[in-house]
Amino acid sequence: MRVRAGFTLASVVLALITLAALAPGLLTGSTPDAADALAALQGPSADHWLGTDANGRDLFTRIVYGAAPSLLAGLGATALAVVVGTALGLLAALGGRAVDEIVMRLVEIVLSLPTLLLALLVITVTGPGTVNVIFAIALYTAPSYARLVRAQTMVIRKAGFVEAATSLGLSRGRIITRHVLPNAFEPLVVLATIEVGTALVAAASLSYLGLGPQPPAPEWGAMLSAGRDYFSVAWWIAIFPGVAITLTVLSITVVGRHLQRRIS
Amino acid sequence: MIRRILTRLATSVLVLWGAVTVSFTALHLTPGNVVDVLIGSNIVTPEVRAQIIRDYGLDEPLLTQYATYLGRVLRGDLGQSYQLHESVATAIGAQIGPSLQLAGASLLVAIVVSTTLAILTARRKPWIRGLSSSLELIGVSIPTFWTAILLLTVFSFQLGWFPAVGAEGLAGLVLPVIAVALPITTMLTQMMREGLELTLEQPFVLTARTRGMSDLGVRLRHALRHVLIPTVTLIGWLVGLTVGAMVAVEQIFSRQGIGQLTLAAVGGKDLPVVMGVVLLTAVLYVVVNIVIDLLYLLIDPRLRSAS
Repeated sequence: MRVRAGFTLASVVLALITLAALAPGLLTGSTPDAADALAALQGPSADHWLGTDANGRDLFTRIVYGAAPSLLAGLGATALAVVVGTALGLLAALGGRAVDEIVMRLVEIVLSLPTLLLALLVITVTGPGTVNVIFAIALYTAPSYARLVRAQTMVIRKAGFVEAATSLGLSRGRIITRHVLPNAFEPLVVLATIEVGTALVAAASLSYLGLGPQPPAPEWGAMLSAGRDYFSVAWWIAIFPGVAITLTVLSITVVGRHLQRRIS
Repeated sequence: MIRRILTRLATSVLVLWGAVTVSFTALHLTPGNVVDVLIGSNIVTPEVRAQIIRDYGLDEPLLTQYATYLGRVLRGDLGQSYQLHESVATAIGAQIGPSLQLAGASLLVAIVVSTTLAILTARRKPWIRGLSSSLELIGVSIPTFWTAILLLTVFSFQLGWFPAVGAEGLAGLVLPVIAVALPITTMLTQMMREGLELTLEQPFVLTARTRGMSDLGVRLRHALRHVLIPTVTLIGWLVGLTVGAMVAVEQIFSRQGIGQLTLAAVGGKDLPVVMGVVLLTAVLYVVVNIVIDLLYLLIDPRLRSAS
């Protein structure tokens, strides 16, 4: 019962955040860049539910508009990692022993390096920005998917129905797309769901460090970064964008674990 | 056992080689002339340029350059930071102290707290389990950099209990350690509690109880030992996470350390320093994993006799 309640609550939160990302205008009448110097650094009130920042911009509005870029980074990095990881996993499982050795050693090396540092190395090379952050996170998350897809494929290709498909003379490509991939799909989706949260945190951290979207973008990590000098006088600037990140990640994790329990 | 050691050594060499190769690739993938990339945004004399070309063998074919680079790293030469006007090894050496202090203290706190929590909450009343697993869920979901911001805002700015800036003394270490230790503690507690719950169902636990041993005694003397192996494995994996978490935490609490050094290097496109830090953490990974393998032997006598 308790588990169900948590799942329902998490789904509602995710629905609201998705709404904020797709149609922010429905949740707030203001725009994220509307500055009002006279209203700078005001605490939460009836006019400004979550207070205002140093430029007098409404924090609630900025958090609502920040949903899209914040989610985009997490989803984008995960999508890219799933595609690259699946390709590598299939290559390792079906490409013969030598290919398998090379791919899996590569995977092991990337997994052994600290994730954030690897991202920082990539960003030193590429420079800051949303796309580069997505690329950097995908680079070090892809190996987990490669491992999973390889393991799944190894099991599935020995299964009776694949043997049957082979003996029926189906082409290799058709067997992979019609028989192997759909069966590796379920655990992949579960892992990806949970990992969206991790990718989101990584993207927000990089943004906070000034390496993601640049000001005045209302991305949550970037908002915290821009508010750094005002934490001592305006606690709401330090609190609310972080609450948005944490609630999102928490909800994603709860939903992900729920899916995980259902398939196992 | 010998086989195990050999595998570990081979993996270690592979990881180090991989890290060097990743760094070398990054250097050459960066848009622009390699000399300019190494110099970053600094201005140097033609003599220094010529020196860099000689040091890295940049007038040689790519494969020779790679061999030169590999050779230099093997000799412990991580190159020069032209931004800091010192060698990368010197720059890292000057900053590693405070970082090791923070990382060490955080790991220690995380291990002590999670062991205590796991022993106290494993197989207890449902509401205790429910509460602790809810807290664990929150613990792994909060981004470390925001935990640090939260602690700074509440305990330094609002309550004034701890200094907001600097690494001076024990008081300056408390909040950073909590921020770094929180995610590690929650992951460890979760894993240890699940391990303990499985162990406490084993027949030998019942045997120990029938001999009149107290519940806490059984947990400490018998059950705990059985979860040590997976715990140590997880700690090894968490070291990488800790290094990453420290970058933001050091910045938020204005502490000196490798994190701040790295961040400044990323901002200033000081690639030699970033490469140096990546190599350093690869070495750290290798050392930690060797220590873990030795700990396995200490924990489980069966592994010792297996040779």
